[in-house]
Parts: sequence; C-alpha cells; structure tokens
Amino acid sequence: MVSILLALLIGGAFGAVLDRIGASNPNYIGNMLNLKNLHLMKTILLAIGTGSVLMFAGQMLGLVDVGHMSVKTAYVGVFVGGLLLGFGWALSGYCPGTGLVAAASGRRDALAFIAGGLLGAAAYMATYPAVESTGMLDAIAGGKVTLGAVPGAKYEGVTALPGDVLGIALGLAFIVVAILLPERITGEADPVAAE
Amino acid sequence: MVLNWKLGGVLLGLVFFLAVLLVKPIGVSTQFVILDGILWNAADPSVVVQTEDGAYTSTNAYLAKSSGKYAKSVSEPMNYSFVFVIAMMIGGFLSAMARGGVSREEQKMPAIWRANFGGSTGSRFLATFVGGFIVLYGARLAGGCTSGHMMSGMMQTALSGYIFAAGAFLAAVPTAMFLFREEG
Repeated sequence: MVSILLALLIGGAFGAVLDRIGASNPNYIGNMLNLKNLHLMKTILLAIGTGSVLMFAGQMLGLVDVGHMSVKTAYVGVFVGGLLLGFGWALSGYCPGTGLVAAASGRRDALAFIAGGLLGAAAYMATYPAVESTGMLDAIAGGKVTLGAVPGAKYEGVTALPGDVLGIALGLAFIVVAILLPERITGEADPVAAE
Repeated sequence: MVLNWKLGGVLLGLVFFLAVLLVKPIGVSTQFVILDGILWNAADPSVVVQTEDGAYTSTNAYLAKSSGKYAKSVSEPMNYSFVFVIAMMIGGFLSAMARGGVSREEQKMPAIWRANFGGSTGSRFLATFVGGFIVLYGARLAGGCTSGHMMSGMMQTALSGYIFAAGAFLAAVPTAMFLFREEG
C-alpha cells in the first residue's frame, strides 16, 4: 500500500522534526507563550511561510495538485474551540500532536495528557448533538473558504483576489515576520533550560 | 539544544509541503476520536456497523457524521491518517534517542513547571490530564488542532485556520503569562 508507506515516511519525518525544533518540549512552548523566548515562534512562522510559498508556487507551475488542498469549515465553534485548546496548550505545554511525540520521547507527564485527551475527545463525541443544536457549528462567512480564490480549487474565496498569488504573498509575509521577530521581547537574556 | 529556527522552520515547512504534495494536509486530533472509537467498539461491537450497501455508520452521532467517515476509520485502522500518527510517534522516539534522550528530571516534569510550581509530580500530572481533556475537547469542537487548523490551515490561506489561531493565542498567551512567571 503506497498510502501506508507515505504515512510512515511523512509521519515519521513530522515526529522527528517536532522533536528537534522543541515543539514537544513544554519549556519551549511555555517560554514562547509567555513571550519570553520567541525562538519557536520564529520556527513556526517560517514553516507556515515556507509551506505556503512552496505549495502555491507548485500549483502555479502545475507541479502540485490543487485537489490535494483540504480547507476546513469556518464556524463560531472554531474560535471557541481555539480558545479552549489555547488554554489547555498553555497549561500542559502540549497540543494533540506534540503531546504524542513528547510521550514517545519519554516524557511521562505527556501520558497523562494523552489519557485526558482521549477522555476529552470522548466527551465531545458524547456531547456532539447538544453542541450542534446550539448552532455553533453552522458555517459562517461561506464556510470552507480561502482568503483569495485559488484557481482550480473547489473552495470559494473571501475576496476575489487570485488565491495562489495571495498565498505566496502571505507566505512571504510570514517569512518576513519570522525574520524580524526578536527572539526575546521581555525578560533577561538567560538561556532556556537544557534537557 | 533545538535546531536553529532557520533550519527547523524550513524542515517543518518542507514536511507540511510534502504532505500536501503527496497526499493531503497534516492533521492529528481526529485520531484521538478514532482511537476512542476503536477502544469503544472493541468493548461493544455494536457501536460501529456496516450497512447493506457496504457503508459504515455508528450509534454515536459524531462517528456517524459525514456519511460515516469516522466510523469507517474505526473499522479500518490501517488507514493513512491513523498510521501517520503512529509513525509520528516512532519518528519522535527515534529522534529523541538519537540526540541522547530526554533527561530523567525532564521525563518527570519540564523545568518550567518545576520552577513555578515545585516538584510535585501529582500536581503536574493533574495539570497535563486536565489540559489534555480541554485541548482535545476544544480541538474536536474547532474541527482541528495546531497541525490541522493553524499550520495546514494558515498555509492554505484557509479563513478557518486564521480564526482558530486567533482563538488559540488569545487564550494561550495570557494563560502562560499568568502561570509561568519564572522561565525555568
């Protein structure tokens, strides 16, 4: 199965990179989120920018299949869920992917995160009909939309701007912000705890 | 020490690009639901059922939504997204071993927690357990997490990715500033 081989290859690379950039280390997450050390923020912004430029440039050159895009629906629950995730991310230092990688790298507190996560996901499965009935999951602003209209994509654009050009421009903007963002904006210049 | 942001950022960006080039954008949090479904279905095989036309559905409304997409993944765990997450853990494990592993002190709890809240593993484990519950409930409510919404979503210029990132940082930054006065 080609898809299973690709899952092993891309998934393995993703896990290794998350480990190497410090994303699965709660010290780096905590020091990023309390704005004391933005090194990891620079890494993340550069990654989004790099991915965006490569994907949209690849689409324009006909090398990347536009059909591989997968845009999620916008609804009020995206924002509310984001708030919840942000709170739990700050408290624990883990998000779903990095918590799993942290546990695999030997961090035992991440096992408790995974146990809590499985219970939280189960709680959502149980409460999904009630959440749905609030209307919080109803699409807003067009639902599955991109900021510009991407040629050949099945998604509408929020604006009529060419989505691929806009994607490259935003990607470059992410890269510029990654470069300009200072590593430290508050606190003294003491090193982050080594592992 | 971690990779310099220039190398780390380019490598991470390449992984997200390769995923969308070869298969589809990266996402993780759905697989917590799939594992829950697998465990639940193992305890009670009536949870996921196959209809006469071969499609899957479930007694659970969430597993049954989108034409039984999640119910199908529960019955067939050897699918791309589930194997991806297992491979991610293997990759993380091998990478950590290759750099000498995580120190014993850090395995118990991260230095930033110890610096702010002392060395009680009980309180740290309670915090990560509660954190995990809130993170996954929030991720499923949002329909994605840091990987699927923030990274993959913003990379594709998805409006939903920006909405998610705004919510996540709006909550995460004040929480971290309140909790972690000491850098650790």
